[in-house]
Formats: sequence, C-alpha cells, structure tokens
Amino acid sequence: MAMTASTPSTDPHAWLRRQTRWHPVEIAFWLATLLPFFLFPNYLVLASQIAITALFALSLDLILGYAGIVSLGHAAFFGLGAYASGILSKHGWGEPLTGLLFGAAVAGIVGYATSFIIARFRHLTLIMLTLGFGLLLFELANKAHWLTGGADGLQGVKIWPIFGRIQFDLWGYTAYSYALIVLFVLFLVCRRLIHSPFGLALRGIRENSVRMPAIGAPSAAHIRKIYTISAAIAGVAGALLTQTTETVALEVLSFARSADTAVMLVLGGAGMLYGGLIGSIIFMIARDQFSGIAPQYWYFWIGILLIVVVMFLPNGILGGLSTLLARWRKP
Amino acid sequence: MIGPFLGVLFDGIAYGMLLFLLSVGLSVTLGMMNFVNLAHCAFAMVGGYTTVTLMHVFGWPFVWTLPMAFLTAAAVSVIFERTLYRPLYRASELDQVLLTIGIAFVSVAVAAWFFGTVQQPIQMPPYLRGSVSAFGISFGVYRLFLIAVALAIALLLIVTLEFTRFGATVRASVDNQRMARGLGIDVDRTFAITFALGSGLAGLGGALAIEIVGLDPSFAFTYLVYVLIVVAVGGLGSIGGSLIAATLIGISDVAGKYYVPETGAFLIYLVMIVVLMWRPAGLFARR
Repeated sequence: MAMTASTPSTDPHAWLRRQTRWHPVEIAFWLATLLPFFLFPNYLVLASQIAITALFALSLDLILGYAGIVSLGHAAFFGLGAYASGILSKHGWGEPLTGLLFGAAVAGIVGYATSFIIARFRHLTLIMLTLGFGLLLFELANKAHWLTGGADGLQGVKIWPIFGRIQFDLWGYTAYSYALIVLFVLFLVCRRLIHSPFGLALRGIRENSVRMPAIGAPSAAHIRKIYTISAAIAGVAGALLTQTTETVALEVLSFARSADTAVMLVLGGAGMLYGGLIGSIIFMIARDQFSGIAPQYWYFWIGILLIVVVMFLPNGILGGLSTLLARWRKP
Repeated sequence: MIGPFLGVLFDGIAYGMLLFLLSVGLSVTLGMMNFVNLAHCAFAMVGGYTTVTLMHVFGWPFVWTLPMAFLTAAAVSVIFERTLYRPLYRASELDQVLLTIGIAFVSVAVAAWFFGTVQQPIQMPPYLRGSVSAFGISFGVYRLFLIAVALAIALLLIVTLEFTRFGATVRASVDNQRMARGLGIDVDRTFAITFALGSGLAGLGGALAIEIVGLDPSFAFTYLVYVLIVVAVGGLGSIGGSLIAATLIGISDVAGKYYVPETGAFLIYLVMIVVLMWRPAGLFARR
C-alpha cells in the first residue's frame, strides 16, 4: 500500500500527495469493519476488543515500524491510559469522551517526559530501558493498592452514556461502534502524519539516524515528538478498554501485552499502517477460537508463528502479499 | 543487627554468583555479534531439566549431572545456532528479538508439555545439605558450594580469555569484528564456539539454580529479565563486569526483599534504569 512507493518524481509535493490518495482496497477494508454488525452480532464484544488492540498496535507501529524504536514496554502507556480514565470515573466523572482525553493526556505527558531518555539511546540499551520502564510501572501499580486496586483490579468504574444518551449495552453494540469510530479517527490522524514530510523524516531516522540531521531533520526532536504522540494514542486505547469493560486489571501493564502487540504488528507487517490492524484481527480471532487450549500451549503456536514470520516473511503478511502482487503485475 | 546483615550479604553474593553463571555467556556473545538472544534462559532451562531427568529417571547423583547439564545445553544451543540464528546475524535487532522470543515461547510450552507446570524439587546429597557456623553466622553449605563453583569458573574464563590463543581471538572479535576478520580470524567459528560455551554455562547455572530458586517452565522468562539487567549493567563482553554486576544485582535484590519487602522487584528495575542512564554501555564496557 503506502509503502510500495514508486520512484519519487521531481516534485516532492506531488509525490507526497499521490501517496495520500485512498486505494480502493483501503476503502473496502474500512467498509468490511462494519460487517460484524450484520454477520456476527454475537461477537461484537470481541470485535470491540479487536478494535482497541488494533489501535494500540497502530500506536506501536508509529514508533517501531516508522521510527525504528524497538520498545518492549509500550503497554506502560496503554496501562496509564486505562488506569487514568478508570480512576477518574471512580472518583465521580464518568463522561466517556473527556475520559479518553484524560487517558491520552496522562499517557502523553509521561511519554513526553520519558521521550527525552528514549531519544538519547539506541540498540540494547534502548530495549532494556523500555523494558525497565514497563516493568517498573507494573510493579508500581501492583504495590499502589490504595490507588489501583493492585492485583485485584480496579473496581467501581462507572461510565456514563456517550453524549448523555447512548448507553453501553450488554451485547457490545455501543462498545464496538464507539471503539471503531475512535480507531478510525485516530487512524486518519496517523495516516496524515505518516504521509507528511515529518513521517518521511521518521522513516529516514529509522534507516540512518546519524545522517538525517545532516539534511535538516533533527533526529532526537522528531523521536521525542512521535514517541509522545504514540504514547497518547496508546493511552486512548487503554482508556477505551476501561470504558468498554468497566474494570481495569493489572494485566493492562504487563510485559505479555507489550510482547503480544509486537507479535501482532510484525505478523501483519510493521511500518505499513495496516499491518497492526490486520495482525490484531488475526491474532485476536485465533486466540478466541483456540481459547480452549491451555495458555502455555497457545504460546507454543505464537512462538512457531514468530519464527516462521521472521525467517520467511520479513515484512509480515502484508509485505508478503504486496511482494506477490508486484510479481504478478510484472512477470 | 550485624548478624542478619552479614547473612543477607552472604545470600546476596550466592544469588549473584548464580546470576553470573546464567548471564556471562550472553554478555560475551552479545558483545561479539550484537545478537540479541532472548532465548538464553531457555538454554539454562535445558540444563535444569537435564539434571532433574537424570536424577529422577536414571538416579544419577546430583554432582555428576552438572557436566551433563552443561553439555546438553551447549549441544542444543549449537543446533539452534546453526539453523535459526546464523541467517539473522546481519538482520535488524527487532527480527532477532522476535525470533528469540519465539524460541523462548516454544521452550516454555515444550517444558510444560513434558514436565508439567509444577516446580521440580530435587534431593541434595548429604554433604551439600545443612550449614556451617563461623563468626556466629551460619553459612548454607550449598551456597558456599555455589560460590566456589562460580568463582572457579570465573577464574577459568578470565585465564582462558587473557592467556590463550582462543581467548585472544575472542577478545579481538569483540573489540573489532571487521579488523579481526581482516587479520584472518574465523569470527563465525569463534562465535559458534563461544555461543555453545556460553549456553553451556547457562545450562550449568540452570541446574545449580534449582536448589535456590526452583525450576518450572516460566524460568525462561522470569530470569531472562535478571540476566538482561546483569548484561546491560555489566557491559557487553566483559567477564569481570558481569561478575561485579551480578554480585551487585544479587545483593540488592536479596537486601531489597529482606529489608523493604513492599518494594518487591521495583528496586532492581530502578537500579538498572539509573545505571543505564548514567553509563549507557554498562559499568565496565569494553567498548
């Protein structure tokens, strides 16, 4: 899709504008997201979970796929958003939209504060720092029982109807519509961002962070910006989870969530905007279908899948498809 | 007051020695090839389960199973190195991270399939049980044994690395891989041997760890975090650094759990973040 870039023409603005044009496959994809309402009305709760996970994977794609920051602790921001909106509603303000904004703001502020550290390091040190921050926050939430409920989870979250009239129902009708709209709006934001000169600069930083400042793109400043944006979007995803389930479990901050999301992203294809969405759809449906088998065996298949994707599908499912398509077009 | 303090110090050092055995191989191979191997503790787990199997099924005495734990872990790691790791030496670190996390996931599931998710208790021989008293404090015999083994191995490693021809090629490969290749050193072969040795040591660590921290399928991930912390703090490719970092982490973990149990593992993560921000390449980086 966007990544199957043709050779840039002489006018960079025309090239950028051409990249932003909507492909029919994209339109078909978003129309297909409406299918669960008609075809699988019993699975709308699952569909809302998928939309939330997809939003989180999208936020990870911004830093991992585009800026090349390998993070093993991105669930920290998901969890921050989830706890922030949950605690806000527990203390008497359950309005959903401001709840989302509050989750985004808390995650974004923490993201901005840590981005100064993130932008300074690379390689193993960076992986360890993101891992360390994630684990640190998990331990904090675990110990701060008075605030978060610790291992018992946060109880007493009460979300008001959206706009004061649309109630959250038991079948997930509202939950899925709400999550899907938020996902779509933020997807548009990300799409705009990626196809801007700023987005191009990010890809340059991913390829070579030392050379980019030489052509006028300050690497550290760009990394700080995208890390903050990504953290805020992850916070929105976390807040969405809180609002649609009306509880917060400690699991939102866990390493497993960070790792699972990275798996989804790589499975779908990192750095392709749709990779995280496709990956989370496949991952979540598979997990739902195989929920009968014990979790440790479920991870056996995840492990095999990871090995296969890394060895044979370096750009994930979408990358494999676009290679096939390119070969089919030019025999 | 001083008694418990020395006891905590002793336990911390013993725990640190365990972490040293588990992490030293990863430190050297990471320093040489920059290959982020998150399946390192899966190889340690291979060693642990080898010891358990030999003792329970074949009735071997504990001490004799230790060389086998080393050999099995080394052999298994060679197979993985040849088939899966080799094609990814030049790949991005994300690919390496994902591949090795995948291997670790698979190892957890396989261990759970064959041995169940329960802890695997083993019976220590009489001469490793009990404790000796000196200066009014009692030292566990097994922990003394552990410290002795780890120090002997550390000494052996340092002597090998500093005074043998093989050690010189390893040091050259860690310091400057391209230049080493230019001088005719077969870096790939050196790396394969080092990798096997490091995984073998992890296997030995896994076997020795059973008595201290137990063994169950989650071992591959629980101790991975500690091992990575030791490697990151100690600096890549430095045996002395790993030894000091492991002792430091071991003591602060045991002391943290004894004196301020409410912080949990919090303290360790904080130590790591602070050290990494202060010295990004670790305390004793060779480069």
